[in-house]
Amino acid sequence: MKITINGKEVLLVENSARTIDSLLEELDVSQRLYVTVELNGDILDRPAHETTPVAEGDVIEFLYFMGGGSSHVD
Amino acid sequence: MLTDSQIERYSRHIILKEVGGKGQQKLFDGRVLIIGAGGLGAPIALYLAAAGVGTIGIADADDVDLSNLQRQVIHFTPDIGTPKVESARRKMQAINPDVKVITYKEWITAANITAIIADYDFIIDGTDNFAAKFLINDACVLAGKPYSHGGILQFDGQTITVTPGESACYRCIFPEPPPKDAIPTCSQAGVIGVLPGVIGTIQATEAIKYLLGKGDLLTDRLLTYSALRMKFREVPLKRKASCPVCGDNPTITEAKDELDAFTVCDLEGA
Repeated sequence: MKITINGKEVLLVENSARTIDSLLEELDVSQRLYVTVELNGDILDRPAHETTPVAEGDVIEFLYFMGGGSSHVD
Repeated sequence: MLTDSQIERYSRHIILKEVGGKGQQKLFDGRVLIIGAGGLGAPIALYLAAAGVGTIGIADADDVDLSNLQRQVIHFTPDIGTPKVESARRKMQAINPDVKVITYKEWITAANITAIIADYDFIIDGTDNFAAKFLINDACVLAGKPYSHGGILQFDGQTITVTPGESACYRCIFPEPPPKDAIPTCSQAGVIGVLPGVIGTIQATEAIKYLLGKGDLLTDRLLTYSALRMKFREVPLKRKASCPVCGDNPTITEAKDELDAFTVCDLEGA
């Protein structure tokens, strides 16, 4: 199965049970519990990760938290 | 009216058909607030001052620290121990005495943000923590103030411009901050020093374009930058009907501090 993740084509073994949530685990995506997932142009609500299947040709973007700038943290 | 020396100072602007004398006057009349005088705030403040943005506010409660100097290029070694806003103001006025710099040596919180942003046309988020980033988004959306979001982490950066009510906001992407203590801090994660120069300069460009009313703002698309791969990407976005602040049934109706996220700085690599 071929999908696009953050602009790159990715080949996955066929798995009809694959959901967005299991894909995050399968790919060991960083910030897995907090990452925002955009599927074919729509941002998914987090609870939908577990129920949304991954399909051939899907275009997926993982959007990560980034802080940065000045540094006063302590 | 521009004086002869101002015409010379801004000649490379004025010769641009998108700027001209009228555009330069718009920059003079413009008021931009920079929140954070650190890595992102440094190039933003320097370029906006050089460009002749007439009134620039800059907010930060911190003093300059030795570990800042690797990336916060507005602060110099002799400035260590000086309030960042004061150090920044001096450099900005040395570059361009025409510019009025208003300093806020305080952290931006729910208690002061609404009153401070009211005086500005465009706001720039140059902060380092999610509490501030969400607060700036909420306050700007609620007040209808356009603003530029910027974030950096290790070798990666991202930025988006928000025009409230028209384009996707930060909460359309991230409905809520990551939980406190779930993630490492800035000092643990690190950042390559040139990175805020790239992202901050893009944020300054957005402020200048907004004041000029020229070009296309970075709205409804998140620009991501990988310094290691030397790649820019654009992720198309749209407003989310379920956004807690700019959606159809908002649950956030006033600026409030995200206490749980207050010490969170940034996250493990993207």
